[in-house]
Amino acid sequence: MPAATDEDGKRVFEKPQLPGPFGDKVPPTMPDFLDLSRHFTPEERAVRDTVRAFVDARVLPVIADHFEKGTFPNDLIPEIAKLGLLGCNLQGYGCAGLSEIGYGLAMQELERGDSGIRSFASVQGGLVMYPIHAFGSEAQKEKYLPKMAKGEIIGCFGLTEPDWGSNPSGMRTVARDDGDSFVLNGTKRWITNGNLAHVALVWAKLGGVDGQVHGFLVPTDAKGFEARPIHKKMSLRASVTSELILEDVRIKKDQLLPGVKGMKGPLSCLTSARFGIAWGVIGAMQACFDCAVDYAKHRVQFAGKPIASHQLVQAKFAEMLTQITTAQLYAVEVARHKEAGTLRPQHVSMIKRNNVRSALEIARTCRDILGGNGITLEYPIMRHLMNLETVSTYEGTHDVHTLILGQEVTGISAFE
Amino acid sequence: MKILVPLKRVSDPDNANKIKVGAGKVETTGLEWKPNPFDEYAVETALRLTENGTNAKARLGEVTVVTFGPKETETTLRAALATGADKAIRVDTTDDAIDGDLLARALKALVEREKPDLVLLGKQQVDGDANQVAQLLAEYLGWPQATFAGQITSEADKALLVSREVDGGSIKLRVTLPAVVSVDLRIVNAVGVTSMHTPPTHKYSDGVRFAALMAIMAAKKKSLTEVKLTDLSPDTALKIKYTGFDLPPARKAGVKIKTVAELVQKLKTEAKVL
Repeated sequence: MPAATDEDGKRVFEKPQLPGPFGDKVPPTMPDFLDLSRHFTPEERAVRDTVRAFVDARVLPVIADHFEKGTFPNDLIPEIAKLGLLGCNLQGYGCAGLSEIGYGLAMQELERGDSGIRSFASVQGGLVMYPIHAFGSEAQKEKYLPKMAKGEIIGCFGLTEPDWGSNPSGMRTVARDDGDSFVLNGTKRWITNGNLAHVALVWAKLGGVDGQVHGFLVPTDAKGFEARPIHKKMSLRASVTSELILEDVRIKKDQLLPGVKGMKGPLSCLTSARFGIAWGVIGAMQACFDCAVDYAKHRVQFAGKPIASHQLVQAKFAEMLTQITTAQLYAVEVARHKEAGTLRPQHVSMIKRNNVRSALEIARTCRDILGGNGITLEYPIMRHLMNLETVSTYEGTHDVHTLILGQEVTGISAFE
Repeated sequence: MKILVPLKRVSDPDNANKIKVGAGKVETTGLEWKPNPFDEYAVETALRLTENGTNAKARLGEVTVVTFGPKETETTLRAALATGADKAIRVDTTDDAIDGDLLARALKALVEREKPDLVLLGKQQVDGDANQVAQLLAEYLGWPQATFAGQITSEADKALLVSREVDGGSIKLRVTLPAVVSVDLRIVNAVGVTSMHTPPTHKYSDGVRFAALMAIMAAKKKSLTEVKLTDLSPDTALKIKYTGFDLPPARKAGVKIKTVAELVQKLKTEAKVL
């Protein structure tokens, strides 16, 4: 590399530009301090590099505008599907069958783009395709999974209700057995993909509010089903969030997921999706970190020195690098448990809680390093920061995961 | 059509500032590797020539990728297999044991063994920038050659109409197969490649294709064979030896000029442009 110098005689390194296959943008450096990628298989590395190149070429050029306008990049859906990202850790039925680390890396790279894009894939794969794969009948799997993998059928997951968030077991949505069909009534809220979806996996109590929770695959064109977009969001703006209203929605009996009943159904889906979140936010951290490092090396203040030479700024980077590395270690170790079949939901609570908190702290610190520039959409940091406020809340809030871990230690539930 | 595509990994240009220059040798420890971009364009071109773009999964020809390097370079081959190449060959050697001429002679032997209708190459490697192999190979094979192809139209898979990029325009020439063609950046434009297999209404996206995640997993099962360099070329003596590498000299610091008069003075006496 030519050791060019700037006008003050200091060495500066210019990134060589190359007519690369994914445009001329040279990807930024990604912190992998402990070289954890040496544990990954060549296929897992190839998955990471492919999704990274896809995000660089297709997501990053358009995402800030979508965020500003509050729209989801619908035209990316076929491309995301063609890449095989939807339900990519499931086996068979047209799914890619990635290892858990491969799946995690794919989520990480998507969220390096935007949490809204990763959420789209998480909901489709982790919250709708996964339960169909795990609890569906053979006919349901054949009917939905191949088309969902191709992005021809989009799904959404209806668990949370306006009045039942952290405590979903209190849900008021009910299903009535009516001979050859079920009739559903209730309201679901904060539903990602709600207005994009062709099918909604609605969790409802069968036989009334004291009944057991079951999963129902509700076609969104069914009579009495309405999805209303939620507006005025300041977070996950490049993502569709909706309210689902079910008023005497009649569906066929074979639309019930036969393999599970009780809260175990939705909770196991959440364990699967939270795992993806814990990996995903590593991508958000890397995006913010890389941007702040680059900025700090070029932003000159006081005595003509870049702010990266200031001790307070260096201390911030040291802390952030440690947080990112910790998050990566957690994620790899929990993925290994998932692959070995020894994963417990509490493991996922710890990594979701820790990694999202770290990501939020890192986004705030990086925003601070960029000063006023940090608040604009010219840089990815504020967008990630605003998104991560949602990520901290959805799929079990930070505090709920705290109490799950508290119960793990003491054996006493603080929820009752 | 059977197509042979030679591929090489090159050091990731983003990590170029890690290169340490030793005596007559570039230190490669710790470098990250990427496929040479022009070689990726050659793979993309080969795939487009051997498929119906509207149903890319049904292969209508065979693309063999070959690389010259140690075991680790199989990663580059697997990546090409994941994007759609049909089989791969690794010729076991190291970068400092080959030069452009030896590579061309070994490729000639491989062509005689594999019998492709077309050898497609990147116009040059972005590390050595030698730009020799396609030309030498065509000469050794006695085949027609077209270099720096920016556009290729396959004429019933019997001949290729190649548009070559030159200063200020392009030259069109027709080569009958078998032939050697090297490709330039523009070949991966949406309209870079036309063949009878893909309807003209089909739109490719610009650039090379992304490997689907499922194809990455499936690439493990595709054929990847290893060949010894001496099996292809018993004479492995090099005609070119690298004798040294130097970094460009550090630029001197500039000076600040206070007045226009001083500027004019310097332009006259120092820069000597006035």
